[in-house]
Amino acid sequence: MKQDMTKSVQKPRKKRALGNEELFLHLMILPGMIMLAIFVFAPFVGSLMAFEKYVPAKGILGSEWVWFDNFKFIFSLPDSKQVFMNTLIIAFAKLILNIIIPVTFAIMLNEIRVSICKRTFQTIVYLPHFLSWVVLATVVSNMFSLSGPFNAVITALGGDPIQFMSDNNWFRKVIIGTDVWKEFGYNSVVYLAALTGISPDLYEAASIDGANRFKQTIHITVPALLPTVILMTALNLGNILNAGFDQIFNLYNPLVYETADIIDTYVYRIGMVERQYSIGAAVGLLKSVISFILILGANKCAKKTTGSGIF
Amino acid sequence: MKKMKPGTLVSQIIIWIVIILLTLSCLLPLLNMVAISLSGSEAVAANEVGFLPKDLNVSAYKKLLGDAQFWKSTWISVERVVLGTLINMFFTVTMAYPLSKSRKRFRAREVYMKLVIFAMLFTSGIIPLFMVVSHLHLTNTIWALVLPGAVPVFNVILLINFFKGVPEALDEAARIDGAGPITILLRVYLPVSLPALATVALFAIVGHWNDYFSGLIYMTKASRYPLQTYIQQLTVDLTQVTDANQLKQLAAMNTRTFNAAKIVVSTIPLLLIYPFLQKYFVSGIVIGAVKE
Repeated sequence: MKQDMTKSVQKPRKKRALGNEELFLHLMILPGMIMLAIFVFAPFVGSLMAFEKYVPAKGILGSEWVWFDNFKFIFSLPDSKQVFMNTLIIAFAKLILNIIIPVTFAIMLNEIRVSICKRTFQTIVYLPHFLSWVVLATVVSNMFSLSGPFNAVITALGGDPIQFMSDNNWFRKVIIGTDVWKEFGYNSVVYLAALTGISPDLYEAASIDGANRFKQTIHITVPALLPTVILMTALNLGNILNAGFDQIFNLYNPLVYETADIIDTYVYRIGMVERQYSIGAAVGLLKSVISFILILGANKCAKKTTGSGIF
Repeated sequence: MKKMKPGTLVSQIIIWIVIILLTLSCLLPLLNMVAISLSGSEAVAANEVGFLPKDLNVSAYKKLLGDAQFWKSTWISVERVVLGTLINMFFTVTMAYPLSKSRKRFRAREVYMKLVIFAMLFTSGIIPLFMVVSHLHLTNTIWALVLPGAVPVFNVILLINFFKGVPEALDEAARIDGAGPITILLRVYLPVSLPALATVALFAIVGHWNDYFSGLIYMTKASRYPLQTYIQQLTVDLTQVTDANQLKQLAAMNTRTFNAAKIVVSTIPLLLIYPFLQKYFVSGIVIGAVKE
């Protein structure tokens, strides 16, 4: 009632003020939208070169249109299937492990009651997330080199040293493992936040009923984390074609292309190094379209199962 | 203190051991890097350096002081962080404020929002973006490092969510006092959003400092490389070396202690802001999780 009254009294004045304010908001958002237009939407138009035989001197409009020839060419390359499979395998393994390990870590860390220790552990495990792969690539190749600590342990146990960084049987495992290592602390943050949201009453009731800590974890903690797990899975599912360019680019070498060359590294080599712009753009466009569809799908699934989506 | 059941004690011990091992796994490789940078090259070559320096000396750091390109690249990175973060903050605030208004206040909101979400989800890949940047003649300038990512879409969404949580009453009160929209933004929204602004600023700083890739593709002259690109080029695998000049450079400098020193120095700025980062990023993630 009261609200209605003020509304009707103020109506004429308020409407004019609203117009001014809206104009101001439009003006305010304009510079940002211009930047998006130049650096996000214009490149999107530039992707048309995927359907051309692009020659830089002739430009986007002047180059010869070849429609789907570039895509046909990509599918005819023997490397393509390999690159696509490498991407899927690496990204999928990372997706699964980057949920299981952080969830386990969060649950375990939550059991530690000495808060100063807990905070110290957190401070240290979050750190690798903030270091670049340029820096960590040196650290990782140092650890896995022939003279590094892993090989020292292997030889001490009587085994033969392994060329982790150039052996196709091992390199992919190193890539997946070190990615999980870099991110598990940071990824555990959301689960730790979810854990603090669980009511202590639940645990109390369960312990009165005679459930031990382990049973409480299985029957209370895990189900309480499930919505977050589903949401994070959905979020990451859209990234299934992003196997981690920065990491692989800084660690790989031609010896392990067979198992570790992914779409993004492939696009980089074809497009930026060999300067076959159209082919590179075509692979990039294909990847973007598939990812976009996946994200939309994943978001829908997340919304259906947990009630909240990514956007 | 309550007496623990034997089962609980065992599981507590296992948990502590696992957590400590995981924590050490994050710490020791980094300590090893520091130790290498402070050790004698013979000890490093003989692989005798663990987590403490052997034949302690600072010659690698002394050599680093005389490496002109390292400092030039560091300066470019510093310039980039300052300029890039200011630009990012400007666009984050000017995008997030209008988009945090309700549809009633800002009728075009939904259209803009759709464009922003599209920009977040659909990236056209590096090649078309590279074309745009080179057509604008930005290559080899600092602008190539800061303009393509000028609007950090993820941070915009984070700040939208934060602005939406600002009580309507504050806004109304300022309006009644006769404050205009600019005053309301500067005097009401920004002061109450300081934690969120700190979060997005820190994300921007870390992002700019750590990025090597835009330096790699947009800078054709090695003298224009930001620090991470410079380091990336040094540690690059010998098989990827394309010209003789680069090879000579590598042969002259590719000593492990020297490279380790570069990496350690390049990490120091991050360690300096790390306490602030840690204070804010958790809340940042939690705000980010409150979705549109």
